[in-house]
Amino acid sequence: MNGVTRTPTSLSQGSRTRGGIGESTLRPDGTLKVTGEFAYASDMWHEDMVWGHTLRSPHAHAEIVSVDTTEALRQPGVHAVLTYDDLPAEVRHYGLEIQDTPVLAHGRVRHHGEPVAVVAADHPETARRAAAKIRVEYAELPVVHDEESATAPGAPLLHPGRDDHHAGHVPHPNVVHRQPIVRGDAAAAAARADVVVTGEYEVGMQDQAFLGPESGLAVPAEDGGVDLYVATQWLHADLRQIAPVLGLPEDKVRMTLSGVGGAFGGREDLSMQIHACLLALRTGRPVKMVYNRFESFFGHVHRHPAKLRYEHGATRDGRLTHMRCRIVLDGGAYASSSPAVVGNASSLAVGPYVVDDVEIEAVALYTNNPPCGAMRGFGAVQACFAYEAQMDRLAAELGLDPVEFRQRNAMSQGSVLPTGQEVDSPAPVAEILRRVKAMPLPPARQWETAGGDGTAADVRALPGGLSNTTHGEGVVRGVGYAVGIKNVGFSEGFDDYSTARVRLEVVAGEPVATVHTAMAEVGQGGITVHAQIARTELGVTQVSILPADTRVGSAGSTSASRQTYVTGGAVKHACAAVREQVLRLGRERFGAHHPAWATAELLLEGGKVVTDGGEVLASLADVVEGETLEADLEWRHRPTEPFDLRTGQGRGHVQYSFAAHRAVVEVDTELGLVKVVELACAQDVGKALNPQSVVGQIQGGTTQGLGLAVMEEIVVDPAAKVRNPSFTDYLIPTILDTPTIPVDVLELADEHAPYGLRGAGEAPTLSSTPAVVAAIRQATGLALRRVPVRPEHLTVDPPQGQP
Amino acid sequence: MEFLRPAGWEEALAAKAAHPSAVPIAGGTDVMVELNFDHRRPAHLLDLNRIGELYDWEVGADHVRLGAAVPYSAIIEHLAAELPGLALAAHTVGSPQIRNRGSVGGNLGAASPAGDAHPALLAAGAEVEAESVRGTRLIPVDEFFTGVKRNALADDELIRAVRIARADGPQQFSKVGTRNAMVIAVCAFGLALHPRTRTVRTGIGSAAPTPVRARVAEDFLNAALEEGGFWDSGRTLTPSVARQFAELAAGACDPIDDVRGSARYRRHAVSVMARRTLGWTWESYRAGTGTAAPARGDGDDAEGGARCA
Repeated sequence: MNGVTRTPTSLSQGSRTRGGIGESTLRPDGTLKVTGEFAYASDMWHEDMVWGHTLRSPHAHAEIVSVDTTEALRQPGVHAVLTYDDLPAEVRHYGLEIQDTPVLAHGRVRHHGEPVAVVAADHPETARRAAAKIRVEYAELPVVHDEESATAPGAPLLHPGRDDHHAGHVPHPNVVHRQPIVRGDAAAAAARADVVVTGEYEVGMQDQAFLGPESGLAVPAEDGGVDLYVATQWLHADLRQIAPVLGLPEDKVRMTLSGVGGAFGGREDLSMQIHACLLALRTGRPVKMVYNRFESFFGHVHRHPAKLRYEHGATRDGRLTHMRCRIVLDGGAYASSSPAVVGNASSLAVGPYVVDDVEIEAVALYTNNPPCGAMRGFGAVQACFAYEAQMDRLAAELGLDPVEFRQRNAMSQGSVLPTGQEVDSPAPVAEILRRVKAMPLPPARQWETAGGDGTAADVRALPGGLSNTTHGEGVVRGVGYAVGIKNVGFSEGFDDYSTARVRLEVVAGEPVATVHTAMAEVGQGGITVHAQIARTELGVTQVSILPADTRVGSAGSTSASRQTYVTGGAVKHACAAVREQVLRLGRERFGAHHPAWATAELLLEGGKVVTDGGEVLASLADVVEGETLEADLEWRHRPTEPFDLRTGQGRGHVQYSFAAHRAVVEVDTELGLVKVVELACAQDVGKALNPQSVVGQIQGGTTQGLGLAVMEEIVVDPAAKVRNPSFTDYLIPTILDTPTIPVDVLELADEHAPYGLRGAGEAPTLSSTPAVVAAIRQATGLALRRVPVRPEHLTVDPPQGQP
Repeated sequence: MEFLRPAGWEEALAAKAAHPSAVPIAGGTDVMVELNFDHRRPAHLLDLNRIGELYDWEVGADHVRLGAAVPYSAIIEHLAAELPGLALAAHTVGSPQIRNRGSVGGNLGAASPAGDAHPALLAAGAEVEAESVRGTRLIPVDEFFTGVKRNALADDELIRAVRIARADGPQQFSKVGTRNAMVIAVCAFGLALHPRTRTVRTGIGSAAPTPVRARVAEDFLNAALEEGGFWDSGRTLTPSVARQFAELAAGACDPIDDVRGSARYRRHAVSVMARRTLGWTWESYRAGTGTAAPARGDGDDAEGGARCA
């Protein structure tokens, strides 16, 4: 890791423990994943199992006139066919925030790919063929696919008669949630502006594109319950939605996390969980369900596509006067986490800048498009693309350097957000911009030198890569900057807590700590960090991480950049509680032998109890021998509060994460192809518990943002049908599309957070996209207002207007 | 679905005659995708993996006889001098894993307008060696593609090999995709100079229902080169000639709008690729000929300044 800045830590406990926090300890799952030996959820097997398959709607909006399963049930090898009418309980809907999603379609399908029936058979092919024999008669209905059609007079309502907690304050029943934020007097401030810039921006529908498709195994139990092994992001949120639909108490649905192949928000909503359990309970057989890649594109929510209108004003000396914006997010057919995405988009709409006079409005729509929900960046991504484009345009209007202009308006600790909330921890926005700008630029015309002898162009360093479209002709370099702000943890008054159970005992003469949480390891490295925390807090070498399951309390979601903060915090505090037990026990057993037991500050280091002066009092093994010390506790970050529904005021967030990028691109201006040469990033992470994992998160988030900038989009046609549900046509960056990503990690402690850490996973996804697009704008001079940028936009179908 | 595994070529031909709807499979890079996604459920699969001769190639005086199942990686490694255009095209096929399994025979069998090998074959000049229990015939590649994913093979025929003219001058291949590797062509262009016959041949991919040659563009360029004495003088191409060639190449397209690209963009991109590949090959020809030396046929410099991994 280059250029890591470390501030001295005040820690004394654990400062001499090997494999503790701050070290890049290896992931226990890393080698297995690289060598292909890791068991993902789709690898699970049970001797008696049958296979589940889902029949999905070919239409985006239709009345279900009839469903006939007779022929499907007659197929040899078929064990069950279930439709809505077979659901066993009164509760037949689920949802993260609003329970508007039917487990199986009832009378109507609202989006392309909605589940209509499920089949269990002794072979996946048999199940698929049986599903094809279910006769569903549809009567197609007109679709609503954007704000205009969704709110037009007489527009079909996605959820007529809705009675959720947002229904009362929305302007139209096809609006899931609306959040205005008004602060200061934008109209008066606008009068002071020397320049005013307005723009309309659009963000396409990005997919999480995790590599391990939705999969799980449901095993019926003798007590009438079910054991579910599944790849998910939040076991207890799943459980809360699954159990009522099965008609079972929560303690009869036992969930265990199985190997997760990426998530990025796409596993927050249920996919096959309830279906597999229903089939298992119906057939009395274990049921495995695995989506293929095609089905996976219909099996989870996507990032909200957005249309954003922004107006900014500034004075000649480069100070922002005011901002007005309206953000329209397309939530698709079901609510998923749309309300929270609206909360984020609105409360972070101004970006990491100080603007006292704002009028903000964000809405999420119900349409017949695919449902959208959580994805890395969660509402802040869409806003960042728009406000960063605005910053560049304002700087250009004022004749200021775009970085300088941003720095003049950058927020810092003590700044007040449009919600009225003060930022109460370091906010080094100007500093991270300074750092990315100060990094050396990659050499010009690299393709001439990358190949070695200088006689031939290395096409890998050029737009088009191995497709050999240019040897330098038409290639223009551009450089662009962007910075973003993302909230960390669940906001708006949500009780965001995690549970950790930590045990310490002596095994074969060695002290061993065991950490048990329900945290979903989705690839972020949480289990690695938990072991590091346990070593730091307990001074042990050996730590066992138990599988995540529902036998322990909730760890909240692996999302919102929160797991190291919140579940890491819970593990830290549980360890501290165990440490207290160790010292109590030590005083009982050995206190008489040395006065320091009573008088000194005692630490657990290197398997021993030591004084803060370094004197060894006893070995941990001797102190704990014969006892099992355990702590099981919940830990929560500071409470937040909801935003006022009219003014948007409220202390809604607990922490923020800031990243800045500088993008360097080469654009083939004739063919409209882009090669991102470098994406330099500077980010404050408060404290890097595992520096290598932190850099991995930053590079991954940066690359995902690059994908949104230049290639990733689920194309939905005006009939609300998905056009490209495959990795052939939904493109994600390959290694040849991935630039060099130098990372500068700052560690400015947040005194409110465990170890001073700051959630890190999402912020780099925000600023990467606008930085790349800014660089393309600089290279082409085009007024690019939409992502992903397509070759057409740079050639035959360019946008109009000033860049 | 029945899986037929002939041990030899004759047995394979017999099996194909007995089961005309059988789908041949070698690398499986295309067929398996179609099976996995249930786009296709043939009654029989005809596995050609045991037929070793399909993986062989012979380099003759004028032609390379390329076994139908020779993987792209072998073309890149062993035949870049003889078949430079095809080797460049092979570089753009899928991922390394796909290039280890996929073959020109499979590309021709699928006959997708987006098949990466097709423009290179059209530009180089090639014949498809089709065989059945009735005998062998050679189908010129220009006549091989009969419609979207349709080819000129009879039901009982299998592709045994492709006979591709050895390069007698520089060749180039360009492909536009919306990422820098592992991408299906939005459109592609192949171009080969044939100094021996003083002709230029082209191939266009993904911009018409089938891969096509830009014949009007070729005719124009052949005449312009002849009339201007370019082949003998080896002088720089007149920009207006290159421009008109590019426009005519775009005119040979009959593209559609789809999720991968618009028809308008495809026409535009083909014209840019036509102009660039002509420039690269012509400069390479000039570098190889001096001013009036006879054309070199070894293809050594045919990559025209492009270096590939």
